[in-house]
Amino acid sequence: MNGGFSRRRLLGWAGAGAALAGTAAACSAPAPPVASGVVPFRGERQAGIVTPAQDRLHFVALDLTTGDREQVRRLLQEWTVAAERMTAGAETAPGGAVGGNPYAPPADTGEALGLPAASLTLTFGVGPGFFDKLGLDPALRPAGLAELPHFTGDQLDPGLSGGDLCIQACADDPQVAVHAVRNLVRIGFGTTSVRWSQLGFGRTSSTSTTQATPRNLFGFKDGTRNLKAEDGAELDRHVWVPPGDGPAWLAGGSYLVARRIRMHIEIWDRTSLDEQETIIGRTKGEGAPLGATGEFDPADFAAIGPDGEPRIPETAHIRLASAESLGGVRILRRGYNFVDGSDGQGHLEAGLFFVAFVRDPHAQFVPMQRALANEDVLMEYIEHTGSAVFACPPGLAQGEYWAHSLLAP
Amino acid sequence: MSRTSRAVVLAAAAAALAACTSTAPVTGDAAGGGGPIAVTAGDDSCAVAGAEAPAGTITFSVRNTGSKVTEFYLYGTGDRIMGEVENIGPGLTRDLIVEVPDGGAYTTACKPGMVGDGIRAPFTVTGEATRSVDEDTRLAEATAGYHRWVASQIEALLPKTQEFVDAVQAGDIETAKALFPVSRTYWERIEPVAESFGDIDPKIDGREDDERDPGVEFTGYHRLEKDLWVDGLQPDSAAVGDRLMADLRDLQARVATVELTPVQLANGAKELLDEVATGKITGEEDRYSHTDLWDFKANVEGSQGAVAALRPVIDAKDPALGPVLDERFAAVEALLEEYRVGDGYRLYTELTEDDIRRMAASVDALGEPVSKVAGVVTS
Repeated sequence: MNGGFSRRRLLGWAGAGAALAGTAAACSAPAPPVASGVVPFRGERQAGIVTPAQDRLHFVALDLTTGDREQVRRLLQEWTVAAERMTAGAETAPGGAVGGNPYAPPADTGEALGLPAASLTLTFGVGPGFFDKLGLDPALRPAGLAELPHFTGDQLDPGLSGGDLCIQACADDPQVAVHAVRNLVRIGFGTTSVRWSQLGFGRTSSTSTTQATPRNLFGFKDGTRNLKAEDGAELDRHVWVPPGDGPAWLAGGSYLVARRIRMHIEIWDRTSLDEQETIIGRTKGEGAPLGATGEFDPADFAAIGPDGEPRIPETAHIRLASAESLGGVRILRRGYNFVDGSDGQGHLEAGLFFVAFVRDPHAQFVPMQRALANEDVLMEYIEHTGSAVFACPPGLAQGEYWAHSLLAP
Repeated sequence: MSRTSRAVVLAAAAAALAACTSTAPVTGDAAGGGGPIAVTAGDDSCAVAGAEAPAGTITFSVRNTGSKVTEFYLYGTGDRIMGEVENIGPGLTRDLIVEVPDGGAYTTACKPGMVGDGIRAPFTVTGEATRSVDEDTRLAEATAGYHRWVASQIEALLPKTQEFVDAVQAGDIETAKALFPVSRTYWERIEPVAESFGDIDPKIDGREDDERDPGVEFTGYHRLEKDLWVDGLQPDSAAVGDRLMADLRDLQARVATVELTPVQLANGAKELLDEVATGKITGEEDRYSHTDLWDFKANVEGSQGAVAALRPVIDAKDPALGPVLDERFAAVEALLEEYRVGDGYRLYTELTEDDIRRMAASVDALGEPVSKVAGVVTS
């Protein structure tokens, strides 16, 4: 972990752009597109998946309140216009915040006035209910949106789960992410209503080799072996839905799996360093696999320790979640830490808002989560309180709107 | 009531909009011709002796032959209330005199029991009354029409609240409890107008924990609500009832001379929905009786009344907005109907979290287009 990263955490976000640029300059990997603080909204893929993970999140799941397909299409067009403007650092509409009729409520809510684009990305997906509610041809509904199975230990709150559509807003500045969600929600009133939303601070994954590996609230580096933007062929294999994998509209898109994972951090904090490292399978300081010295050293799952037991225990988190244990399964993680105040019993309502992008939730996320839920000792310290799956369409060409490939007449 | 007085805001808006309302007179042609149209309103029927009249002043003579108190309405597009008579007791006859300057399709409705959409029939107005239809005229007609509607609400508010106070003073707790939400209906429809007189609203509709000026007691509807549902009648309950009536008469006198502006109408429509969102959906308003859905319904009707008065202006300036407003008002009404029990509604305490979420979503959906009305009428 480099010093620039922790200083950013301490000082807030004024220097985020500079710090990111510094990180990029120090590495020899391709320069990320965030140098100017603007991530392109249009392109072959939606932004916010393999683009470098920003440090702030506001994720919202919405329900449709209408079955009128044309009305929903109009909303998606309006959303796209506003989203593209906001990702460029502009108001939802020209003169939206203060330039309009003084007797009318402003079109833009204004709290992002004067703030830069802050690398805002807005990523859109549709959930299982989208298809039934709009009476779409059942053949258009991707098989990957089938309900996830119940996993051992799930304590899912319906109020924090599901949704007919989702918008993931990520930015360097939390105010920019919240502004984006707030304005899109407002534009959606009458067509959509918020089902649940989640704020996240501090990414828990890197999605580019130019980024340092961050830490989760258990204090461990998280996502060292994550899929990254530079893993071209691996992304095609594990993240992007190829043509022929499902309905044509989803080709080039991906599935988003969201899990709100409550961490009982107070209990964890009473656990010895040795046990913490044994549970995770990595050292806490460097993040090296047990038995190795560097963070990016390969994990030797066959190694036997002096006690005759596997050096990385059979139930270690990194073993259970590894491609080696799961028949080659990998996922792209893009999660965030959260602390939603406290729980009324003197404990922080803290955890990890897990977000993963995968080619097939049932072939990738499900076996991984099943293995973790049944065997991972970490499960004693966490519980899954929310769950949702969305299908994210491919990127937008000029003139297209969110879900264009699904709803265009 | 809202936590903050809007009097200052309204006054500022009034000053700014004075230019738009300078041409006050409504030039409806008095020549309606043909004399009053008889309406026979029964418990299940509404016989209108004519389905057509020329533009101008139209008079309906409404006779209640049923056993329930009834109302009679003439609606324009979007249920814009062209005119109405309320609180017509069994056996009584009352006239509705209404200015209808534009020809077109209208709707008559009797509302036996004063609930629901009423028994409706189409009504055609032919020709055009002589007048100029510039923007100022339309705005002046809107404020004049809304003013008439507010006055008619207060005309019903006084006797209905008197019945409620009479029951309190007679110690008839059951009757008083039944009349409490009914009498408040008329109040809740016009609350923004009452709030524009900053000192009246706290007396009539203040809550126990509101901060009051020294020497000002907790009076009004909610004080009697607390007596009826929580504390039992107190030695001064009867006096509080008299005081409520006196404050309502004060309101009536002030409303008679108040000058309203189109922006006030538009903002009033929005504020009524704000009231629903912050006071009714949360169960705060009627915290002892839990009759919040009656107030919810009345607030929405009040909002609709103000928007409907402005409808010709809205249609002239943003033709796309009116149909959206119609659809969203209808959706809220349809949702509330699901919670109807007899002539009233389910209590707030009987609602589930899911019920409340649906209501909040429908009010959000309505609140956005209603918030655009002020901008449209001033554009």
